[in-house]
Amino acid sequence: MFMLKNPILSSIKTQRTSSRLFTTNKRLLQSPAKGQEILVKQRAVRPISPHLTIYEPQITWYLSSVHRVSGVILGALFFGVSIGYGINKLYDFGLNDDSLVEFYKNKVPTWLDYTAKGSVAYLFAFHFANGIRHLVWDMGKGFSLKGIYVGGYSVLGVCAVAGTYLFSKGF
Amino acid sequence: MSVLSLASKRITSFNTPARVLISKRFESVAKPANFKTFKIYRWNPDTPEVKPKMQEYKVDMNNCGGMVLDALIKIKDEQDGTLTFRRSCREGICGSCAMNIDGRNTLACLCKIDAEKANTVKIYPLPHTHVVKDLVPDLTQFYKQYKSIQPYLQRKEYPKDGTEILQSVEDRKKLDGLYECILCACCSTSCPSYWWNAEEYMGPAVLMQAYRWMIDSRDEAFGKRKEMLQNSMSVYRCHTILNCTKTCPKGLNPGKAIAEIKKFLAAD
Repeated sequence: MFMLKNPILSSIKTQRTSSRLFTTNKRLLQSPAKGQEILVKQRAVRPISPHLTIYEPQITWYLSSVHRVSGVILGALFFGVSIGYGINKLYDFGLNDDSLVEFYKNKVPTWLDYTAKGSVAYLFAFHFANGIRHLVWDMGKGFSLKGIYVGGYSVLGVCAVAGTYLFSKGF
Repeated sequence: MSVLSLASKRITSFNTPARVLISKRFESVAKPANFKTFKIYRWNPDTPEVKPKMQEYKVDMNNCGGMVLDALIKIKDEQDGTLTFRRSCREGICGSCAMNIDGRNTLACLCKIDAEKANTVKIYPLPHTHVVKDLVPDLTQFYKQYKSIQPYLQRKEYPKDGTEILQSVEDRKKLDGLYECILCACCSTSCPSYWWNAEEYMGPAVLMQAYRWMIDSRDEAFGKRKEMLQNSMSVYRCHTILNCTKTCPKGLNPGKAIAEIKKFLAAD
């Protein structure tokens, strides 16, 4: 109160208010409720920023996805055949080792033979090697950036060598 | 004699680079423009029906600072005032300018522009986040998750005389590499698991802070903290992809911290 009565100060005060660079446009002033309403409307239409398609190819997430895909393919193959044998035990429809080999030799074309054996050989080699890498991680080791990359490239190396060996044994 | 010649040698070797620097400075005035193209993600909440698009800007690198943030600020100042992004400290300590630059999450203020290369720099908001506007992501869920791990000291008794709670040098050392996290969300939004499961999976940044409080020798809530994470979603959606460790602009290791939490949980 005393300050406001001071003539010099109050003159400065009036000057300040009159010479403000930015003034609030009263029309744009909105209540918190109105603000909330706008926010809710905006949230409903916000797009999701791009992810998989724009993220840099890195050995980290590329190997991880190969690990998952190889696990799914090999698992489906293994469980598919095993469950087939199990069902055959109940409703005998003639599935046994001989009929399976017979089917593969006669019905599977050469290109599919190569593709199937190649996929299984390399994916199994990869999944096995990367599985060991995961076990090392589960012990809390190998987490430095260098460790992650040395491990990644080692797995790829093992996959190339062991996969080629397994593939060559397939014929 | 030999000392003298050595001294003179030192002076010349000190002088030369300095001179080169100065001459380079003058050179830049006369240099032909060196344009670099920036492709930036744009989306405006006022026109939500218009799909997000990439907008191109050209910046003369001869009179632009060295970091991506410098270029962004220059574009906003000189070319397009509507370009929206967060920034504050411009030195990698606030975490505001986290975004996806050339495919990797980092802080724009710590990301150098390679002026020699002719390639276009592509800038997106942090991946798989709801976009508030342009490069500004909605981090509400991220902050809620951080709050949920109770990131503060919890214990029954405090020193009666009001002094600090003492900690041994070794115990303090355990917090190094954890407490430096600035919660920029680069790691969490680089994690594919977090992309698909952000509702329930905590994400690397928050888990690293959970670990930071679990191993603090002054904290007494270890059991409770462990119990909060002992379920199939909070921690175990981590599949050791390690994009987090790869991308952290502060050089920290969230992947390692999560592995240590898993060890605690498995030993339960």
